[in-house]
Amino acid sequence: MAAARRPWLKPLVFAGAASPLVWLVSRALRGTLGPDPVAEVLNRLGLYAISLLFCSLACTPLQIALGWNWPLRVRRMLGLFAFFYATLHLSTYVFVDQGLDFGSIGKDIAKRRFVTVGFAAWCALLPLAITSTQGWVRRLGFRRWKGLHRLAYLAAVLACIHFIWRFKTALLQPVLFSLLLAVLLAVRAAKPLAASGYAHPGKAGRLLAKWRGQPPS
Amino acid sequence: MRIRPSEITPRSLYLRRREFLALGAAGAGALFFPRRAAAASANVPHGRKLEGIKPGQPSTDEKKNSFEEITHYNNFYEFGTDKDDPARNAGKLQTRPWTVKVEGECDKPKTFDIEELLKFPIEERVYRLRCVEAWSMVIPWDGFPLAELLKKVSPTSRAKYVAFESAVQRQNMPGVGAFGAVPFPYLEGLRIDEAMNPLTLLAVGLYGEELPKQDGAPIRLVVPWKYGFKSIKSIVKIRLQETQPSTTWAQYAGGTEYGFYANVNPEVDHPRWSQAKERRIGELFRRSTLKFNGYGDQVAKLYEGMDLRKFF
Repeated sequence: MAAARRPWLKPLVFAGAASPLVWLVSRALRGTLGPDPVAEVLNRLGLYAISLLFCSLACTPLQIALGWNWPLRVRRMLGLFAFFYATLHLSTYVFVDQGLDFGSIGKDIAKRRFVTVGFAAWCALLPLAITSTQGWVRRLGFRRWKGLHRLAYLAAVLACIHFIWRFKTALLQPVLFSLLLAVLLAVRAAKPLAASGYAHPGKAGRLLAKWRGQPPS
Repeated sequence: MRIRPSEITPRSLYLRRREFLALGAAGAGALFFPRRAAAASANVPHGRKLEGIKPGQPSTDEKKNSFEEITHYNNFYEFGTDKDDPARNAGKLQTRPWTVKVEGECDKPKTFDIEELLKFPIEERVYRLRCVEAWSMVIPWDGFPLAELLKKVSPTSRAKYVAFESAVQRQNMPGVGAFGAVPFPYLEGLRIDEAMNPLTLLAVGLYGEELPKQDGAPIRLVVPWKYGFKSIKSIVKIRLQETQPSTTWAQYAGGTEYGFYANVNPEVDHPRWSQAKERRIGELFRRSTLKFNGYGDQVAKLYEGMDLRKFF
């Protein structure tokens, strides 16, 4: 049994993914969130959400590129944590930042492209969180379920745009996230190439096969 | 659908729902602002005390932001883009010797030494400061009207605008030349009538002490009815000129996001966010933004007949 081989894997990843929230709450309780704690909490939760989303998206490319199988076992947990942080991020905006002023929230979502894409990213994650159970995989059928869960990439693209548009200047952090997303997408896109590469080794296929330590033919 | 009796909120609790909401808000407040006094005790370097400060008008009697808040929440991109970067990095700024060169369309151009500028009659003005990022503070500035300085150089009739330039100390400013940074030196500008308005201040201190470095030491502009980025910090040059000067943020964003005028205006939104409300630093919920940041009585007449959507 795979689960028996790394019994510490899931608890460890759970603790790792939950630790930023514990840290944030501890900073709040110690009063070290700085002069604008609302903005700090909002920004931190957003950063944790996009980071966890990227961790969940890295699982399959890691499996493709390096042949590791263990990341697939924590992919769902990471994705659910991403949704959890995104929901806390959105809630902080709705309940605290905007103080439940739905008129102004509606206007923000309709008119501010930066808010629009952020909200769209959360909307893309919502059905994934709902259908994250085995029951839903069965109900939808694996192919359809898998197709639906490709929305995670859309969410990541929207999250990157949301991140970039938030700042007044171009900043390294959102740009690095965007580059990382391009790499993750490239590895996935290279997979069919690599598969065909076993028969007709193209450049990408050979490269990928070399990474994985397998002969190209 | 049947609703089980156990799921119905008892009437007594239902009637107390407002208390619950209030309790929730108080809880959130306690989470976001615990022990504010403790935060204020953090280590803040204080500048030399300024002598002979007189109270000036106008001054708001709103609750002032603390010295800690004013010195640890800054936009001063020469020292980094995070709000706490200037507090961490501005220590290396060399503020002595310091001169401010006043030149251009004037009869008596002159380079002023900072010690000379500190001898101008200094008054305290408690102003609201509204950032383009939709947060605000109340700050007790110490300084003198820019008009007093400009009068000393006798502007000519061709002086239609005033251009300002910040110091660049490459060695001491980690944000200069950083990835994606705005071009430096930082440039700002005002129309001459805006510059001569009695509200427009050259600040040399706050809370009765010389300006902390992260707040634009040793001398900065304060234009309280405009977004904060107009209030240029650490000024080294002031130029009177006939044409409208180009400004850093207008240049950086191609003039689409930050205008030359940048008057606080809840009706004209930034293309990426609303300007209708703001969060006063230290408060949990947003408050409405006032046109001209509440200084309309003093400055609205400067813009009579202008389309403020076009000249944003």
